[in-house]
Amino acid sequence: MLQSELNKIRDDILSISGVNPRKCMCCGKCSGTCPSYDEMEYHPHEFVHMVETGDIEALLSTKSIYKCLSCFACIERCPRQVEPAKLVEAVRMVVERQRGPQHLEAENVPEQLDDDMPQQAVVSAFRKYRK
Amino acid sequence: MSEAKHSTYSYFPGCTLRNKALDLDRYARSSAEALGFTLEEIPDWQCCGGTYPLAKDEIATKLSSVRALAAARDAKQDLVTICSACHNVIKQINNDMQTDDNIILKVNNYLKEDKIAYHGETKVLHYLEVLRDVVGWDTVKAKVTHPLTGKKIGAYYGCLLLRPGKVMQMDDPENPKILEDFITAIGATPVMYSQRNECCGAYTVFEDKTIPQKRSEKILANAEEQGADLLVTACPLCRYNLVKNKGKSRLDIVYFTELLAEALGVKDKVPVGMEAAYAAK
Repeated sequence: MLQSELNKIRDDILSISGVNPRKCMCCGKCSGTCPSYDEMEYHPHEFVHMVETGDIEALLSTKSIYKCLSCFACIERCPRQVEPAKLVEAVRMVVERQRGPQHLEAENVPEQLDDDMPQQAVVSAFRKYRK
Repeated sequence: MSEAKHSTYSYFPGCTLRNKALDLDRYARSSAEALGFTLEEIPDWQCCGGTYPLAKDEIATKLSSVRALAAARDAKQDLVTICSACHNVIKQINNDMQTDDNIILKVNNYLKEDKIAYHGETKVLHYLEVLRDVVGWDTVKAKVTHPLTGKKIGAYYGCLLLRPGKVMQMDDPENPKILEDFITAIGATPVMYSQRNECCGAYTVFEDKTIPQKRSEKILANAEEQGADLLVTACPLCRYNLVKNKGKSRLDIVYFTELLAEALGVKDKVPVGMEAAYAAK
């Protein structure tokens, strides 16, 4: 991808998230408290650093964007109010909005269901795995 | 809202409480009757979407919550929710409608067709906040006829009830006590454990069941080590993940409203106006 395209995407990520990654003091608390840490290729502190330095191409293809639980732990516990989860979400939105097929297609929903699964799981998955 | 009648609330049950989590809804309604307040379901409410849309340019996904908030405002009532997800989404969107000029403008532009103009006037309360701040724990305690004496109960807050603390303002997000106070009020003994406000894995169950499995095992093992007999939650998805991944754990996971109805002696009572929905049970 051209650097100019990446710069444009970086601007989008900053504006969609409302995050200022320069506030980060690199303490690592966001990743230390992340309940999905073991599932992620890139961790919350890396999202902050990579967006800050413009090194975003790898973020656009990582499955880590689907591992964030939106539990607000990193948002709550960041001592500098950087709010890393908002960056993870913004990268996910940029990826989902660009692609043709969605990460989760409606016809693949029934196979995930069982008799007890709450509607809440389905609507949340739709919100997080699609545009 | 100062002119709101505190005995009657606009109630947003949400999609799950009218489907897979009927018990959470039913026992909330019958307990409210016993405690002297009324939940009036908002007509034609629409699903909140389950997850707060974090992106600043997401507008359409916020509209269903704003419609509910405006309906409560027009009824001059505070808005009560029970499901942790509904509460989180609606309260965060209400905060946007008070503080984010761009979102306020765009949402209201969308809603012109519905003749709605909304600027965050409604007060959003979780059912637990009604118990604590309006009814009061002493009154709850006084109305308990079947105290759960001797039961050791772990409060499972999960993530959505408490965070982000600045917006939710329900309790100290790192050292909450509202559910422990609830457990004490119904005569049981609260059990403290460190995982009580960590996430269960949430909707990732839809894609990768190992994430909620690992999370749930950690939460259940921690609560069991600390001596809990059962866990209470306000969240259908937390309950689902914990129950599905119970394995050999001795812990039951129940909705807080079920224990409340049990303690108040109204567990078998069908809530007024809900005969069609609950008579068969």
